[in-house]
Amino acid sequence: MAHRSGPSGFLLTTYESAVNWTRTRSMWAATFGLACCAIEMMATGAAHNDLARFGMEVFRASPRQADLMVVAGRVSQKMAPVLRQVYDQMSEPKWVISMGACASSGGMFNNYALVQGVDQVVPVDVYVPGCPPGPQSLLHGILMLQDKVMAGEIRR
Amino acid sequence: MSDTPNVVTGDLEAPTTEAPEELRDTASESAAARREIHDMWVAGTEEPAWMRSYTDEGAQEMLEADQDPAVDLHRGTVVEDDFIFEEPADDDELQILNMGPQHPSTHGVLRLHLELDGETIRRVKPIIGYLHTGMEKTAETLTYMQGSTNVTRMDYLSPMHMELAFSLAVESLLGVEIPERGQAIRVLLTELNRVSSHLVWAATQGTDLGAVSMLIYGLRDREYILEFFEKTTGLRMNHNFIRPGGVAADLPDGWEEDVERIIEKVSQGVAEYEELLNGNPIFQDRTIGVGVITPEECKALGASGPIARASGINWDIRKAFPYSGIDKYDFEVPTGKHGDVWDRYQVRIAEIWQSLGIVKQVLEKMPPGDYRTPDRKVTPPPRKRIDESMEALIHHFKLFTSGFKVPVGETYRAVESPRGELGMYIVSDGRERPWRMHARTPSFNHVQALPTMMTDSLVADIVATIASCDPVLGDVDR
Amino acid sequence: MTMLERLAAAFPGVEFEQVLDPPQDVAHVPAEAYVDFVVAAKTAGFDFFIDLCGVDYLRRNPRFEVVVNLLCLDPAARLRIRVGVAAPDPTLPTITGVFPGANFYERETFDLFGILFSGHPDLTRLVLPDDWEGHPLRKDYSVGSVPVRFKGSPKAT
Repeated sequence: MAHRSGPSGFLLTTYESAVNWTRTRSMWAATFGLACCAIEMMATGAAHNDLARFGMEVFRASPRQADLMVVAGRVSQKMAPVLRQVYDQMSEPKWVISMGACASSGGMFNNYALVQGVDQVVPVDVYVPGCPPGPQSLLHGILMLQDKVMAGEIRR
Repeated sequence: MSDTPNVVTGDLEAPTTEAPEELRDTASESAAARREIHDMWVAGTEEPAWMRSYTDEGAQEMLEADQDPAVDLHRGTVVEDDFIFEEPADDDELQILNMGPQHPSTHGVLRLHLELDGETIRRVKPIIGYLHTGMEKTAETLTYMQGSTNVTRMDYLSPMHMELAFSLAVESLLGVEIPERGQAIRVLLTELNRVSSHLVWAATQGTDLGAVSMLIYGLRDREYILEFFEKTTGLRMNHNFIRPGGVAADLPDGWEEDVERIIEKVSQGVAEYEELLNGNPIFQDRTIGVGVITPEECKALGASGPIARASGINWDIRKAFPYSGIDKYDFEVPTGKHGDVWDRYQVRIAEIWQSLGIVKQVLEKMPPGDYRTPDRKVTPPPRKRIDESMEALIHHFKLFTSGFKVPVGETYRAVESPRGELGMYIVSDGRERPWRMHARTPSFNHVQALPTMMTDSLVADIVATIASCDPVLGDVDR
Repeated sequence: MTMLERLAAAFPGVEFEQVLDPPQDVAHVPAEAYVDFVVAAKTAGFDFFIDLCGVDYLRRNPRFEVVVNLLCLDPAARLRIRVGVAAPDPTLPTITGVFPGANFYERETFDLFGILFSGHPDLTRLVLPDDWEGHPLRKDYSVGSVPVRFKGSPKAT
């Protein structure tokens, strides 16, 4: 956070970085588990990896209360409209992490049934590689997203 | 506009929608009459005839306007009679509720179309396909060598069993024997996988019934097994480790201590769950007598595994058609009596103990030897030979690029996965790729059996019943 | 007389063969006798419904085949029923009346192969969206892959 010391007892900072800081430190994810990656997402939230360290342990079932959509798994042609609807229901500001090879590019399933990359359906902020990405990879992706939010300006 | 009263065109999504332009002047169905039909449908006082004809995917999409019956038949939107409709006790209370595909307790992307009479479920229709990955088509483009990469992603909670079923099917077409050590490694890994899968079930079953601490406990203990898998196979999930011809590598050094640690930690954990849940009155109230299925219904619907055993069928493929030398180990098949959620809970917890027992026995009598078949047709030459001989290098290269040929034939091999009978049906046309691969997955049948378990129970029992079936949607949709 | 011998005596048009590894019996059933044979097999003890799937043999006549797997619990035995279904309008009577568990399997087979099961209570698409065209597991349906373009590749296709 950009701040400088002023008169004693005061902490000065820009409005923007204060807002961004609050956004990153309580970013709630929507439970959007699709396939294998959803299990790793659960593992990330559980004891060993402890997503609560980043203020993110609250997975919201309702998209209206979520800031972040982790697309965890392969997106089929049948699921794509549902995914878009869930995304549209989320309130601004919102971010998307595409978790795993299938969500990012279709992965090994280059066939009729899958959407080849979820970025065809929703805008993606961070892509996490792996099949499935381990909890550490997902945590790395989340930290990258936090950096991105901190560096960005408030538009929404 | 068709004259048949059963066909309704236009957008009837909102109850007060005006009829589309071309319908306005039709004498037979004025906008007012249509609105009346619609109001009746909404109130549930009378079920209009077209509702029976177009109940395909929930009330909203029911009214696809397509006039050509041939096209409809081709697409599969013509329904003669979707369900046996019984008049609810109080008509005014009938309500249609859509649960999923994005719902935290449907274990993925299962969608349920519910018809409720107050709190009572009158009809359930599972709608699946939201995770359809086309794996059976993809399998036709992959060689047998690559095949287990594909199947391991079907049931992502028990990838080892998927690989094992695929490998067994290919091996029985090839007529290849696996050395004892390879078989013992397979048994070790699949039984550990059964434990880890049941731990996820315990976590989700507890969470869905309000015991959220179970989620932390179950996934905590599962991590010990996943750590071992990562050390052995290189990946936490989707291992591609059990392959036609054996396993990919030998067990790592010091695996005995790791497995002992797993047994110790998981035993402690499972004892903790039993302490937490067994005497818990809330857990008992929400599971005993809920989601009942009888043995006859299990047989007719193909529900296998813990669900069949909980209803009293003493059936385990490991006992009836032993594979990978599992008949050398002592274990019991736990069964229940009532076929309700509580019995399934008891059966699964007992299965964890049995699997840990098998793992202990494997630990004691792990035989020495090779971990894959010496048959050079499916097994690459050893690493040392590749350094010395050009032929061995070419052999290795050919095996991993174009694969090996499998004799013409078809076979079905089944293994007992944590969820039930997991079968692989493979048709070979004598080439390197299967002509057809079909996976008979247990969750598919269990999702199909959900209406039987849920009808006439309460809304709150839905999550308990789904969790007790432990469906994996990747397994259902493939 | 064993269960299979009794079945064979009742259905002279059915050819039996045995697969040894693992032990399972295969019955090649003509399409006309299909439902009767399934009923007889159920009465004979194969009362556990396991599986139903389609296979597209493309250049063979009949082109399609429907494969039903049944299980007998005691004694443990498997029976696989193979029924040829001719193109271009592959139709077979449903067995949902015998085994309700065949419901989803028949819908899936219809969805992916376009085999119609007459008398099925709800023959709609199961795993694909309702407005899908074609039946993807047929051999004349392409796998539907999208050409992959790698970033920076000079000869991207």
